[in-house]
Amino acid sequence: MAEHPIAIEMRNVYKRFPNPGGGEVIAVNNVSLQIKDGEFFSLLGPSGCGKTTSLRMIAGFELPSEGEIHIRGKEMGQVAPFQRPVNTVFQQYALFPHMTIGENVGFGLEMKGVSRAEREKRVTEALEMVRLPGMEKRRPKQLSGGQQQRIALARALINKPEVLLLDEPLGALDLKLRKEMQLELKTLQREVGITFIYVTHDQEEALTMSDRIAVMNKGLSLQVGEPEEIYEKPANKFVADFIGETNFIEGMIAMQDGEIVEVDVIGTGLTHIISSRRFTKGQAVSLAVRPEKLRLNSPLENGNNLKGIAEEIIYIGTDTHYGVRFPGGQKVRVREQNITRAHKSLARTGDEVTVSFTTTAARILTE
Amino acid sequence: MLKFFRRFKSTQLFGLLSPGVLWILLFFNLPILIVVFISFVERGRAGGIKLPPVFTLENYVQLFNSCASEFSGADCNPFLYIGIFGHSVRIGLVVTFWCILLGYPLAYFISQRKPIWRDALMVLVIIPFWTNFLVRTYALKQVLATEGLLNSFLMGTGLFNQPLDLLFNELAVVIGLVYGYLPFAILPMYASIEKFDHTLMEAAADLGANPRRAFWRVMLPMTLPGVVAALVLVFVPVVGAFITPDIMGGGKVEMIGTLINRQFSTARNWPFGSSISLILMLLVLIGVIAYFRSGGEDAKRAL
Repeated sequence: MAEHPIAIEMRNVYKRFPNPGGGEVIAVNNVSLQIKDGEFFSLLGPSGCGKTTSLRMIAGFELPSEGEIHIRGKEMGQVAPFQRPVNTVFQQYALFPHMTIGENVGFGLEMKGVSRAEREKRVTEALEMVRLPGMEKRRPKQLSGGQQQRIALARALINKPEVLLLDEPLGALDLKLRKEMQLELKTLQREVGITFIYVTHDQEEALTMSDRIAVMNKGLSLQVGEPEEIYEKPANKFVADFIGETNFIEGMIAMQDGEIVEVDVIGTGLTHIISSRRFTKGQAVSLAVRPEKLRLNSPLENGNNLKGIAEEIIYIGTDTHYGVRFPGGQKVRVREQNITRAHKSLARTGDEVTVSFTTTAARILTE
Repeated sequence: MLKFFRRFKSTQLFGLLSPGVLWILLFFNLPILIVVFISFVERGRAGGIKLPPVFTLENYVQLFNSCASEFSGADCNPFLYIGIFGHSVRIGLVVTFWCILLGYPLAYFISQRKPIWRDALMVLVIIPFWTNFLVRTYALKQVLATEGLLNSFLMGTGLFNQPLDLLFNELAVVIGLVYGYLPFAILPMYASIEKFDHTLMEAAADLGANPRRAFWRVMLPMTLPGVVAALVLVFVPVVGAFITPDIMGGGKVEMIGTLINRQFSTARNWPFGSSISLILMLLVLIGVIAYFRSGGEDAKRAL
């Protein structure tokens, strides 16, 4: 399996499309990625960020305008899609409507010239793997969306590809089925041990399933890392905002003493944040801090305590959300977990409240 | 009350449908019945039928044994008319084959253009319909004539020092028919190909099918309804064509259409012309039924 520890490598890949209105659109802009063997890797980003184009270049449906794509160390260059050791699960499944499920799943083997008997045996196995045994004689149209999705998966996995490419495969399913399939896909991926490259715009999906995630926007790969890293240490405002919910508190560097950075939140007060990066005095920065890392009305001795007015209070069962406005005009959202059954709001609208966070809860972002 | 309303509804429906029904009965079904009648009676001397009508099967017998006539000589070929049928079917198949072979890639090409180009190109395909078929056929004749456009050009280039014999033979008839019926092949195939989801070709490629195999295994089967529609739309009229074989063949290429035409004009044998027409109709009907049978299966499978 691990003849080559890197399954897919993209080296400075660009993809430019001619713009109908003249000029060109850069769909993928200097993306370099290394996807390890056996990894569940997600390309995450809003629509038009270049994630699907990247996937299509790996599959060979599009050729890079510049840069190289290597699969298991082999440069793909002009290699046609049908000669690449990858298989794709398409967004709308793209099952062949004129063929039976058996013919659909066995198509890849048929193209490889595998004998009919062997094919039938492996189709049966593949259908069992996706928990749809005995479906050989049916037609794609006779199956539900979720079933078609699994058939698409079986049709790809039966070929034992080096890498499986999945283009928003759960996009067409309803929420409940989506959640089920997320777990199932992850389990399946562990079982078969094949590298999955998973394209999605759903940050929760990416966090749930992936070993590593590349967050993309406007053709750029903004950050690559494990889900925890992406969530806790976003590299920039876009990543912080796109993954989960984030408060941005705008401020200015007042001073830096080693790892202790003093940030002046104008009109609100000074805050102290631990950061290993170097900043210059007077530099405009944003403090990114997650709502669940903020505390309401429980001041910290060695933390940051900012005073503000509670503007809105929303009870959502598990949590209560408080919208707090600081004197400078900036607003944050605080999420307090309702850990006791005797729920009692920590404040009322219009009250003056204290918002507190530790020196490590916020991250200083400059871009 | 409901019952009355229902009855009223059905009366109303009948009233609304009757103009169309009457039209079809009067102008489609009645003429066919007249043709059937004429095919079973003796001919009149100056065309038309003998009056009072005399029943006979001779018109059908003659078709299958052309020597049955009292005027036939000793070197008579009894299968003359059967031969013409066979010949027509063969020309029909050749023309249909070329129409599909030329039309499919063109329809594909058009379907791949941007929408604005697609419409423009489809208009170009349809434009010839705005010109009278007869005029177009005469124009094509001028192109292929011994001293026509093509030969003048070829001689002008110096590639040939003798004009090619492009007119008044079967090739000319086939060229004329392919030219005339190509749009009929393009339109239904375009409709099928345009609907075809090209992601399926990507899926096939992804699963290791080279472009040729992807075409045969995925694209062609899925666009087959369009191809079969093209086949019927071209083959049926071509087998019975008479203007093109008449003009392009110069009387040297006999097809069923020209044969029927002659019975009603110079030969003045309406009953025989009628019997040939009906046999042709029967053949076409059998063909179309067979198509719908197989098409029905395909449609079921496609679903």
